Parts: sequence; C-alpha cells; structure tokens
Amino acid sequence: MRANNMLGVLFSNVHDEKIRELTEKRAMGSVPFGGRYRLIDFPLSNMVNSGINKVGVITKNNYQSLMDHLGSGKAWDLSRKREGLFILPPFGDASSIPNSRLEYLASIHRFLENSREEYVVLSDCDMIFNMDYSQVLAYHLEKEADITVVYHFGKIPAGSGDPTVYTIAPDGRVLDMLVSPNMEGDCNHGLSILVMKRELLMSMVGDCVSRNMFNFKRDFLQRNVKNYRIYGYEFEGTVLTMCSMNAYFEANMTLMLPKVRAELFNPDRPIYTKVRDDMPARYGLGAVVSNSIIADGCVVEGTVENCVLFRGVKVEKGAHLENCVVMQDAVIGANCRMNYVVVDKDVQIKEDRSLMGFQSYPVYISKGAVI
Amino acid sequence: MFPKQEVVAMLLAGGQGSRLGVLTKNLAKPAVPYGGKYRIIDFPLSNCVNSGIETVGVLTQYQPLELNEYIGNGQPWDLDSMYGGVHVLPPYQRGKKSDWYKGTANAIYQNINFIDRYNPDYVVVLSGDHIYKMDYSKMVAFHKEKQADCTIAEIEVPLSEASRFGILNTRDDGSIYEFDEKPKKPKSTKASMGIYVFTWNKLRKYLIEDEADPDSSNDFGKNVLPKMLNAGERMFAYEFQGYWKDVGTIDSLWESNMDLLDPNGSLDLSEPSWKIYSRNPVMPPQYVAKDAVVQNSLVAEGCNVYGQIDFAVLFAGVYIAPGAVVKDSIIMPGSRVEEGAVVQYAIVSENTVVGRDAVIGARPEEMDNKDEWGVAVVGANCTIAPGAVVPPKAMIEEGTTYEEGTK
Repeated sequence: MRANNMLGVLFSNVHDEKIRELTEKRAMGSVPFGGRYRLIDFPLSNMVNSGINKVGVITKNNYQSLMDHLGSGKAWDLSRKREGLFILPPFGDASSIPNSRLEYLASIHRFLENSREEYVVLSDCDMIFNMDYSQVLAYHLEKEADITVVYHFGKIPAGSGDPTVYTIAPDGRVLDMLVSPNMEGDCNHGLSILVMKRELLMSMVGDCVSRNMFNFKRDFLQRNVKNYRIYGYEFEGTVLTMCSMNAYFEANMTLMLPKVRAELFNPDRPIYTKVRDDMPARYGLGAVVSNSIIADGCVVEGTVENCVLFRGVKVEKGAHLENCVVMQDAVIGANCRMNYVVVDKDVQIKEDRSLMGFQSYPVYISKGAVI
Repeated sequence: MFPKQEVVAMLLAGGQGSRLGVLTKNLAKPAVPYGGKYRIIDFPLSNCVNSGIETVGVLTQYQPLELNEYIGNGQPWDLDSMYGGVHVLPPYQRGKKSDWYKGTANAIYQNINFIDRYNPDYVVVLSGDHIYKMDYSKMVAFHKEKQADCTIAEIEVPLSEASRFGILNTRDDGSIYEFDEKPKKPKSTKASMGIYVFTWNKLRKYLIEDEADPDSSNDFGKNVLPKMLNAGERMFAYEFQGYWKDVGTIDSLWESNMDLLDPNGSLDLSEPSWKIYSRNPVMPPQYVAKDAVVQNSLVAEGCNVYGQIDFAVLFAGVYIAPGAVVKDSIIMPGSRVEEGAVVQYAIVSENTVVGRDAVIGARPEEMDNKDEWGVAVVGANCTIAPGAVVPPKAMIEEGTTYEEGTK
C-alpha cells in the first residue's frame, strides 16, 4: 500500500549561507553528497519510502541545478499521473519575493489548498537521515496531537543555524521550546521535521500573516506551545547536519563507517537519485585504494585513501589523494598530491599539482576550476 | 493508424543459449548479466536508441519471465515513447492454431502485422547475443545509397578463425555473390555479424514465400538469404570496424568481460555520446576497505571489498570478505565471497555464497593436464560450503549446496 494521506513539503534552500562555497551556484538541496547523491535525495526518498505520493519542493534561488537533478521525479517514482512531484518556484513579482519560511508557506497557499491529503509533513534539506515518516504520523495520531515535531537527543552540532531545543514531558508533550539557546551538552534538538493537518497548517500560517508575524520558529511554533497540543517524536538514528564546510566534510567521511552506511542506506528504504548510466568503476594497474567510497564511472589509476569519489571522477597514475571529497567528473592529473581537499564538479587538476588543507580546514576548489 | 516509422528494429531474443549451461537454465540468453552492470540485451537496445531507432520489437520465446521484467516499459533505454518504443513479442495463438517461433525468419513472419502498423521502409534484424557498439543509422544510410534489398553487417576475422563463421564473399563494389556457412576453406575473411537491414516490402514478400515452402526451416541464414541471393536481389556487405564479440559460450562470455579490463581494449563503455543504458540498481556507492587490494577490475555500485581482487568484474552488491582473493573472475549481483576463499578463472552467478576458505577454479599454469582446465561456473543461489573445492571447468547447478572437497 502506498497511499497514506500525507503530503510532503520540502524546503530546498534552507541555511544556504552555512556552506556558502557549495551553495554559491546551487540550492542546498542540490549540494552533492556521499559519492552519488544530492542532499535532497535523502528527504525526498524518505518521503517516497514513507508512502507519500505528492511532494512539493519549495525553491528560492539558484534552483536550476536542482530542477536539472529532479527532472520529472522519475528516479523517485514521483513522475505520476495522480499526484507526483511539484517544484514550487517563488510566486509573485520582484517586490514580493518571499523571505522567510512563513512567507513561503503563505505563497504556496494555492498548492496546499488544492491538495487532497489530510496531513502534511514539512522537511528541510540540510540534515540527512533515513526516517520513516509514516511512523511519525502514527505517533501523531496516537497522541491526538495538533503538531508533531521530530527531535534528536544529543549535542547540537557546532555551527547550526538557529537550533530549536524542546523540553518534553514523559508523555511526549512539548512543554517548552527555545530558539538558538546557549546550550552545552546533550539536549532534545529539533530536526525541522513537522507533521500536522494540512488545514491547520493553512489556518495557522494565515493567522501569523494577518498579524504581520513572519518568524516560523518564534511566531508559528514558540508562540503556540501553550495553545496547541504539540508533541515530540524522538528519532534515534544517525543524523548528519550540513551546518559548515567542516561538518559537510566530516559527514562525507562518516560514510566510511559500516554502521552509518547500513543505517543511511537501509535496503528496505533505499535512497534514490538521478540515474546517470555510467559504467562501473574501473581500477587500473597500480591502483591503491583504501577506506574509500567510490561511485560508478570512476577510473582510478592512482592512490586513494580515505576519500569519497563521486561519479565519473578520474584519478590518473601516480596521483596520491588522501582525505579528499571529489565531486562528479573531476579529473586529478598524474602525480598530483592532495590532502584534505574538497573538489567541486568538473574541476581539472593538472599534472604534478600539490594541494594541502588541514583536517580543521579542508581546502575548497570551486566548480569548473582548472588548476 | 500509427505515424510512419522509417526504420523498425526486430531483435531476436528467443534463443535458449544452451552453450551457456547453468547461466541460461532459467534465463533467456539476452538477459545474461555482462560487464558489471549490464545484460547482453542492453547493447542492441542502446545501439538502437543511440542510432535514432525508436521502435523495437523484441521476439521472446525461451524463459522470457526475467527478460520481460527487465525490459519492462523500456524506460531505462528511453524506449517508453508515445508511438514507438519497445514491444515484447512472444508467440501467440491465432485462429485454431498456435505456433512457436520455428526459426528466425518465421519469428519475423509471425509479426508482419506488428511491423506493418508502422509502415516502415526498412527493417533492421538484430540478435541478442553479441557485445558491440554500432551506429545502425550509418548502415541504413549505406543500404539506401546502394539501393540494396538486403545489407548484412560484416567484420574482418583472422583467416584461421574464419571457418567458425558465416562468410560473405563479395565483389569489388561490396555486393555479395555467395554465402559460405562455416567453410572449411574460406575464400574471404568477411564474417557475417547476424545484423541485417532489409527493405521491408522485399523482405515481406520473401517471408511469405518462405512460410509457404514446406521444406524450409524458416531460418534467415539457411533459407531466406540464399533465396534472395538466388533470385538476384541486391545484397551488400557493410563493413563494421570495432569491438564485436559473440558471448554465446562460457569461454567467450568470460573473455568478453575480461576485455573490459584491458586499458588498451577497443570496447569503451564510458563514451558519453554512446552510452550503454541499463536498468540501474538503487544502491549506495561501493566501499573499498582499508586493507583491500583492488587492481585491474571493474566494480559496480553497492559492492563492499575487503579482500583482494585482480582482473575481477564485480556486479552490484557483491561482498568480498577480508582475506578473500578473486582473480580473473566474474561475480554476479548479490553474491558473497567469504574470508579466505579463493576464486580464480570462474563465473559465480547471482546471490551465491562462497564459504570460508572454499576454492573455486584454478589458474591454467597450475594444471598438470591442460585439457582439464576451463572456466569454472557456479549457478545462481548456490551455497559453496566452507572449505569446499570446485574444480576448473566444473558447472554447478543453480540452487545447489556444494560440499565436495570439505575436510
């Protein structure tokens, strides 16, 4: 059974400013991750794997690469006659381009109104995890909640943008909510996942707008903690947050751990992505590969240690890569030496180059650069 | 009425492929996995799409279930178009009688109605057991230029091997004057590739005549082509240059996979302008562990390599345990090679488990009697017990629990 009466809404541009280098020419949702994915693949696949048939993707700017990636939604099985994938670009003229999450929700009023699903799940694209939203909905119904937020217990990742912290009663009810508190140590911090009735979302958004209140976390949630039955659903799995270049780099490196891969790439809830029809990765004579994630279409003839190589990357003879993240179709020339480097798409590193970053500060090479 | 299609391709995919033994026990030959992520049929289908042919009939007969499922609506090859697309054409009942496809020509004969719907000028007849990249549109252009009735693709083979093929003897202008099926003393080295372009109204006439002939075995090579030649139709040989390999035997299938590992080989599957499309598995990228040794190999998505591989082709989701060794071998999707196991010169089919310290196959130089050497084949869903020994040239039936040689 694939229908569960839930609508998905994805914010593809949240916290773009946190990894400015990677989002200069693309939305957060289309930031490449983990060898063959874009960040949006995770929340989108989660939705599809939870039985959601209709997903609206809210975009703000630089969404060309995102649209190119999503296409008709075929790769996520969302190219459908009934429902499917809807890309929701900004609505209105230059003077009325929405600026906050609440304004975006107000601007997709028509989309929300024309949907038939009773419930809606909202999600961001800057955190990745493998979660079954239908369980969140079941919890929501069991608690007879008005709003269910999903949280994770642990330390707030350093550099998170306006994190929310919940005080939660033993029965799961949210008693209090803090936005960007000065918090050390473990706490219940929000994952920006929210389940509620579609009608309620529309009326609460309308209420905020009519009072000229445009801060989603403060005006929509915090202000209503006492007015509505808000419950917290704890997610205990792995969460990777893209809140800085370092965090992005470390998140890629975390994929070397079998436990993380088993959780994120659970075969029962696979992560879908755009199909590229590359040939399998080819390793040449003299290739030395150790503790690395390598995607199809790569040709490896050099040495690769602790690296993530995306689809179609070429590592020529004698090149020595350690602790690098190399995105699609980059070519690393013969006898290069690289350590702690994040290489964006289509970069060419010519022969004999040396590029060294440090664990706490990986060097970033921007898209299409020739070095 | 459908819009007219200038060219319709008909792909003969009904052969049993009995020479592939356990690999084709429950699988039609065109669906046999190849090259780490492909199946043989991906090559003619991708060639069609890349050549601009948008209507393809696939004639199935032997064990079609998995092949049908694989082709599906043709979307992976961009063949899910509004009018044309890919159509699976099994034999069917009509009136009082029903017929299996008696021969290659009969298979096309039985689908005259299908072809007529598109009112094509030309029909391309392909087979599903070769690995090659070819632009059929160039061959069709050649056919038009020569105002031919039939054009047969031809590749130069070494004289010493020519007697294994159907040989085309041609005049200087490329026209064919004689077919020589597996000649003892070949007059030329032009081997037929089993790829034909026909002018449809001509072929249609010959198919109907051939069907009415009770002595005919309804085969293109044996009956229809010689009849056309004897009747003086314009038949031409079209020279193809590039990689082409029949993968109808265990040895040739193994060799053709190994050809992909040759950096100077002539079969390049990474060419962006001529991609080979296939149904892609939804799996994470491969992981190569700290102490793994990986060289001269082709590895697909979802693999986890902890051991040593050299001249190996690993399909999606294969697991190679620490201390396991895989050399000169092909491991098909979802199989596991456990710790200490050694796989050499072997083809291990899907979802098979090779237990700890088991040994499959051997290197030719290790053999006292070279005649006993050959590629070992393990069928799908087998369990090779820990410590078991599968000798070279062995063929293990699908679903077997194999324990010979365990101590």
